[in-house]
Amino acid sequence: MKQEFIITVYSENNIGLLNRLTINFTRRKINIESLTVSASAIQGISKFTIVINETEERVKKVVGQLEKIVDVLKAFYHTNDEMVFQELALYKVPTEALYESDKVEHMVRNSGARILEITKEFTVIEKTGHKEETKQLFDDLSQFGVLQFIRSGRIAITRDPIERLSEFLKERDALLEAMD
Amino acid sequence: MATKRVTGSQAVILSLLEEGVDTIFGYPGGAIMPIYDALYDFDKQIKHILTRHEQGAVHAAEGYAKVTGKAGVCFATSGPGATNLVTGIADAQIDSIPLVCITGQVASPLLGTDAFQESDVIGITMPVTKWNYQVTCVEELPEAIAKAFYIAQSGRPGPVVLDIAKDVQFQELDFEYKKCTKIRSYIPEYAVDPFKVKEAAELIDAAKKPLLLFGQGVIIANAEEELKAFIEKTGIPAAWTLLGLSALPSDHPLNVGMLGMHGNYGPNIKTNEADLIIAVGMRFDDRVTGKVSSYATNAKIIHMEVDPAEINKIVKVDVGVLGSAKRSLPMLTMNVKENKHEAWLQEFRDCDKIEQEKVIQKDTYPTKEGLTMGEAVRMVSEKANHDAVLVTDVGQQQMIASRYFKFTQSKSNVTSGGLGTMGYGVPAAMGAQLGAKDRTVCCFVGDGGFQMTLQELGTIAQNKLPVKIILLNNNFLGMVRQWQQLFFDRRYSFTELQNPDFIMITNGFGIPAHKVTKREELEAGVKKMMEHDGPYLLEVVVEKEDNVFPMVPAGASVSDIILEA
Ligand SMILES: Cc1ncc(C[n+]2csc(CCOP(=O)(O)OP(=O)(O)O)c2C)c(N)n1
Repeated sequence: MKQEFIITVYSENNIGLLNRLTINFTRRKINIESLTVSASAIQGISKFTIVINETEERVKKVVGQLEKIVDVLKAFYHTNDEMVFQELALYKVPTEALYESDKVEHMVRNSGARILEITKEFTVIEKTGHKEETKQLFDDLSQFGVLQFIRSGRIAITRDPIERLSEFLKERDALLEAMD
Repeated sequence: MATKRVTGSQAVILSLLEEGVDTIFGYPGGAIMPIYDALYDFDKQIKHILTRHEQGAVHAAEGYAKVTGKAGVCFATSGPGATNLVTGIADAQIDSIPLVCITGQVASPLLGTDAFQESDVIGITMPVTKWNYQVTCVEELPEAIAKAFYIAQSGRPGPVVLDIAKDVQFQELDFEYKKCTKIRSYIPEYAVDPFKVKEAAELIDAAKKPLLLFGQGVIIANAEEELKAFIEKTGIPAAWTLLGLSALPSDHPLNVGMLGMHGNYGPNIKTNEADLIIAVGMRFDDRVTGKVSSYATNAKIIHMEVDPAEINKIVKVDVGVLGSAKRSLPMLTMNVKENKHEAWLQEFRDCDKIEQEKVIQKDTYPTKEGLTMGEAVRMVSEKANHDAVLVTDVGQQQMIASRYFKFTQSKSNVTSGGLGTMGYGVPAAMGAQLGAKDRTVCCFVGDGGFQMTLQELGTIAQNKLPVKIILLNNNFLGMVRQWQQLFFDRRYSFTELQNPDFIMITNGFGIPAHKVTKREELEAGVKKMMEHDGPYLLEVVVEKEDNVFPMVPAGASVSDIILEA
């Protein structure tokens, strides 16, 4: 059965790596639903958060292939339940809408969004949340005409009390030490 | 090592020397000229083989790597030079062959501008390399080369590409070389888990009908002796994949033959009767398993593999033993009880008898008119005292040669297994000959594949490489024709060839050649070839519609193997 999985890849920060990673999805015809790349808590190490819809068996195999990439330190996969995750959405609505009633303001407040910038013509609203939540606000704002909308890729951290990569790196250092 | 001020190009050559490179296959061009210029001063230490096409260079490097176990090295220029390497790089990737390919690239300020002969070599080769890297700064050159060799040759080997911008080749640096021995994000080989070995040993001791399948992993790990020790202690019959061929001598009493589509009858049929499969350094390729859902249905499976991504990739295993066969096999041997499986082994011998009667006898000692590929292969193997390096191209001749050629030493089989690259044979044979200078190299090619890279006869002649080429001419793209006959109602759509005079062509390259059309001439023809001191081509005109059997039809189960049409 297919379901949403979050793959987290820790890697060296090298050029071309994104391409090497995504090839593994492309050649298996797996669509990437969302992708975020950023620095991790550990210096010099990048973190990719990749969301796909797949069976666990296929996810496991892809993760195995990702770990084979020379610059990849470690790859994990999780279900949504096992992670705390968020996305960020930005909405641009005509500023008029704020003047006509207090509806927009209510929506912003009730959904835990906030206003980033107001100009004469437009207002930019920011909301973080799960996709359904940011989509809900989009639908709500639609009656005023959303001029622009953008949603970021997902970012996620595990519910584990420990940072598994730190543990992993400790083991790895010991292993490399032993190789001398 | 003290530093020394050199150019990037000199640094490339000095680095290769540090890595013990003695042979390079390549083809020059504008973007790699500085490196070629630096090479000119080192012709005593490094032999450069100028091939006639970059594809020739890369297959030659593969052949060299296969017989030596060392990385094959090739040079090519940017753009078309680099793209001509791609087939061989893909071939090396799927067959786990260590290669270091060095390509010239346009100068770094021109990158991304569609400059003359610019192509995105890193992008193009990314899906077919173990690692690739573009060098745009001279200081990183020695380290990149050291990494390239380490990655190519360690763990599960594979091809790497270093794309070096032309300006880097001119710039100077303080050269110092340090071999790479580790990379934080890359563990080539995991330590063997003794608990897994114990679990495996328990399954082995309990098995009534165990069958061992070995692949190239045994050869890569140099674990031939360890394999022998294990099967001899346990009495377990051992079958090989196409790439595992030659790891165990052909006449070893526990050698039960080849697996897969055109493998032997016994190992295929018995796979589904076995109660335990021990797979060592093989990856359950679909040409080996046939239909996976009906593969080894009665067996527990132990998989001993260096690459963690291979375990459970195709078949679900009961025990996965991660690590090199060189380390895991002796641990396993220590943990298992001595055993004999004579009745079980006898079942394989009974199958051999059936196969001998229905197929092998007719192939290798035919009585009907018309030469068979099988008898040609048998004759060459005999005249080489079953001790030659076998190189094959792709097609019927490849399967027939793999079935009937006999081996006494390991690293004696050079073939394109995973990619099935026609045109591989002749260039790979020259590389193999350079890697195994004192051995006889016999290369079987079909009339189709030969015409894909026959220009390399020029390289063979120029370098006086004494390879023996046996051209099995059936005037067809034989393997495709066989499928058309069996599965497409004999509709021979574009598989018949109008061939040139191969003898004249070969002579044109300055290589002696002889054509055999009758059985009476075969033995003398082969003998003459083997006795000739230098390169030689023997064309054997064989039956036009000779087929390779047994055969597991595509998509069928291995136990549905058929012996005749
Ligand atoms: C580069 C390439 N193109 C096409 C094929 C498909 N193919 C596989 S076997 C074969 C026929 C080979 O004919 P020939 O070289 O005459 O050898 P034979 O089978 O007759 O021994 C073909 C076309 C291939 N393997 N490689």
